[in-house]
Amino acid sequence: MKAGVIVFPGSNCDKDTYRVLSNVIGAETRYLWHQDTQIDDLDLVVLPGGFSYGDYLRTGAIARFSPIMSSVKKFAANGGIVLGICNGFQMLLEARILPGVMIPNRSLRFICMQVYASVQRNDTCFTSLSNVGDVLEIPIAHFEGNFFAPNDILKDIEDNRQVVLRYSDAQGNVSDESNPNGSINNIAGLVNKAGNVLGMMPHPERSSEKILGSEYGRIIFESILHSILNSE
Amino acid sequence: MLDIALQLGLSEAEFNRIVQILGREPNYTELGIFSVMWSEHCSYKSSSIHLKRFPKSSDRIIAEPGIENAGALRLKDNWAVVFKVESHNHPSAIEPFQGAATGVGGILRDIFCMGAYPIACLNSLRFGELDNPVVKHLFDGVVRGIASYGNCFGVPTVNGEVYFEPSYTGNPIVNVMAVGLVQIDKMISAKAKGPGNPVVYIGSSTGRDGIHGASFASFELSDTSDKDRPSVQIGDPFTEKILLEATQEIAMRNLAIGMQDMGAAGLTSSSAELAAKGSVGIELDLDKVPLRETGMTPYKIMLSESQERMLLITEKKNLSEIESILKKWDLNYAVVGKVIKENVLRLLWHNEIVGEIPTNSLQAGDGAPIYNLPQAKPILADDAQSEKCDDILDKINIKEVLPKLLGMPSIASKRWVYQQYDYQVGARTVMLPGNSDAAVLRIPETGQFLSISIDGNGAYCYLDPYIGAAIAVLEAARNVTATGARPIGITNCLNYGNPQKPEVMYQFSRGVDGISDACRALSIPVTGGNVSFYNESPKGAIFPTPTIGMVGLIENESYITPMAFQKPTDSIVILGETSKELEGSQIQKLLCGSYSGKPPEARIEEHNRIINFLIELIHEGKIHAAHDVSEGGIAISLSEMCINSICIGAEINLPNYLENAVYLFSESQGRFICEVSSDYVEDILQTANKKKIMCEKIGNTIDDPYLKINKQRFDIEELKEVYENSIKNTI
Repeated sequence: MKAGVIVFPGSNCDKDTYRVLSNVIGAETRYLWHQDTQIDDLDLVVLPGGFSYGDYLRTGAIARFSPIMSSVKKFAANGGIVLGICNGFQMLLEARILPGVMIPNRSLRFICMQVYASVQRNDTCFTSLSNVGDVLEIPIAHFEGNFFAPNDILKDIEDNRQVVLRYSDAQGNVSDESNPNGSINNIAGLVNKAGNVLGMMPHPERSSEKILGSEYGRIIFESILHSILNSE
Repeated sequence: MLDIALQLGLSEAEFNRIVQILGREPNYTELGIFSVMWSEHCSYKSSSIHLKRFPKSSDRIIAEPGIENAGALRLKDNWAVVFKVESHNHPSAIEPFQGAATGVGGILRDIFCMGAYPIACLNSLRFGELDNPVVKHLFDGVVRGIASYGNCFGVPTVNGEVYFEPSYTGNPIVNVMAVGLVQIDKMISAKAKGPGNPVVYIGSSTGRDGIHGASFASFELSDTSDKDRPSVQIGDPFTEKILLEATQEIAMRNLAIGMQDMGAAGLTSSSAELAAKGSVGIELDLDKVPLRETGMTPYKIMLSESQERMLLITEKKNLSEIESILKKWDLNYAVVGKVIKENVLRLLWHNEIVGEIPTNSLQAGDGAPIYNLPQAKPILADDAQSEKCDDILDKINIKEVLPKLLGMPSIASKRWVYQQYDYQVGARTVMLPGNSDAAVLRIPETGQFLSISIDGNGAYCYLDPYIGAAIAVLEAARNVTATGARPIGITNCLNYGNPQKPEVMYQFSRGVDGISDACRALSIPVTGGNVSFYNESPKGAIFPTPTIGMVGLIENESYITPMAFQKPTDSIVILGETSKELEGSQIQKLLCGSYSGKPPEARIEEHNRIINFLIELIHEGKIHAAHDVSEGGIAISLSEMCINSICIGAEINLPNYLENAVYLFSESQGRFICEVSSDYVEDILQTANKKKIMCEKIGNTIDDPYLKINKQRFDIEELKEVYENSIKNTI
């Protein structure tokens, strides 16, 4: 698998993601500068977490104008696998590659904690190795992770089964108590209609090694690897 | 000019000294420069004579303490850890969000201007009592400020402490520590070298913010301090982040000779220090300095404390490569001067010399004034010591008191705080907050782990400034040891009142001795630090509060030890001796409302033996969990080990040589509670006996969510409820 991790000015989970992809998953990984445009040779493009451009103005709002984003759009339209984590998810929303928006957490505070997210479908390349109903214990760290979409778009998202991860409790029950940030329908991660672009607020790269306290996130990367190997 | 000098905070004698140095009266710009460089904050003029007493030697030291921007200790091969703690108390008192945020920014630059990559931040915070609305505002603002800057910059905030005492009401303590990793052969010095070499300004443009921030930090706060709000700088963590990445590229390619961040006293201190430390001079062309606004005078340009700026010395041949790196990162830069042979700081403005000052006269501990101010033992402390609180024990009902103690904001869980900090970014955080006594970070570069803690105790220092300061070092050492680490060095931030007051100077001097003696006993160096004087408000001086930032080293993953109970049917043993030491304790505060008497003995030598013993036991794989005993005593430590476990309880049978309440709440120093496999207990007790270390078994872990102490039973869920929610509910 050939993977690329985009570095935007202000990205700060780029090195962590690179480390997991190359050392843990064993992918041939390279950094992509936000002004690069050549990404056609890759199997996977990751938009990492962080504070691109300081998240000034609005999170992800400036990064979406980086030259590489039009290449990402084309790459996704051609079926390439794109994963946006945290700030990367926010950029995918701002770039309209995924539907909906992020607003500040309902606590109006930054939240860093371990949460549970239950897998809603396993027929995507991001979750193919998990079972529906599996609960991932995985960390979040964000100020604007409160996913919102107006009713018609939300209906569209749900009708098309685009939600891949929902915040839940340890048993997989999805409720308001298990919702850390106020996201509508407890949405923690969703894919585009074609299923090849995933945006998720939890950080799988922080939970892919036992030494860091949780390995639940690794299944996302392993599923991607599995899907790519199977399609070759 | 003399009256202006006085206005700027210089004394008449200092003014005369300036005239003598220059051989003439200074002009306005020069006077401004002297006033900031000779401020207490920059010159350490009242403290340096005492700081010399710190032990500074260690095989691991690779940066000369006091010369380079932060302490550096060798880990293995080409890698070293760089760390320092600094205060931002005064700015945080009047503008908590920006005050704390720029405190984080400043200490991070001290780390990365050495070519190190920041891997962690910690903080030590002290406020008035939390039921005061102003305190709530300060506490909330400071936490948001730290979160906002650290999270955006991308450094994990991994550990800290927060205390609430009335003495900090008008003057909170905001101490921030940063830790970085550096490749030794890529380290950048704080010295300018090579006449003719260009001086490059990098980062944000210069504005009017923060002018005289360093001087502002060198006065007591008053009722009108609010008008000094413009002295508080504004932070821009995004610019800091790209400044980090760009300077890292410069460091990795060995393009810099020297680098210094523009912190307190901005362009003035960075240029003067680079020149003085390198025994050269610097000529600055102020017309070249990137400015944020028009109409700025040389005085304002030199004194601005605009954030996120660096001054770099390089060779001409490297300029184009540096330029391309800075362009890539969209950073402002300009060549603003050159290194010169004469030892002067020379300022040019519109082709005229507008200032020329010998560099060594600006240098702390060199040409800047050094004072040995008079000391007097505070009468306050004497009074306090005579006023005993002996009937304290009669009032104790353990069943009632334990939950109350657990809910005291100083003791309760700080989850409300650390949940706002990104404590995982960087993927090095091995122990999440609340799981161990100190932060544990992995260093895949060397295969080692760092354990880091920040500690202080104002109440003990108030009662005895020597003992309290020693205990701060020893507590930090206990915290890193409990995680399985061997202490390797400390940095410190010494927060005291007005040094012109002999009582404060006495506290300070005794504090330095306490820290020195504790470090000598542990054979660790003081690698650097910061002094913050004038922590006084109209309500009086703060408790003397030395803050210790300690770094420990764990050589092997298997040594990493958690704090919470791990499994049932293990034995619970206490290392160290418990005696009746309730004065200065949290139980005294809870029951008597204030502190009086004598703080617990520091037991400096004993600590060293117990710490070595615990490390030995951990290395032998005999310890499943370890937690130090500090504020609140054994009762609190046991509660924390239960609360943070996964449904493991404890059954405790208290020894009968002390009253139960004394045993549970005494704050005797040098103790650990350890969970050990029952198979090893006899062996451990015997070995301890041989080493003349007090060690006793007090109970077992149980598969039942209760903390049972003799006949009392505490539901761990109920304890947890109080412990976890106390701060959140008060806020």
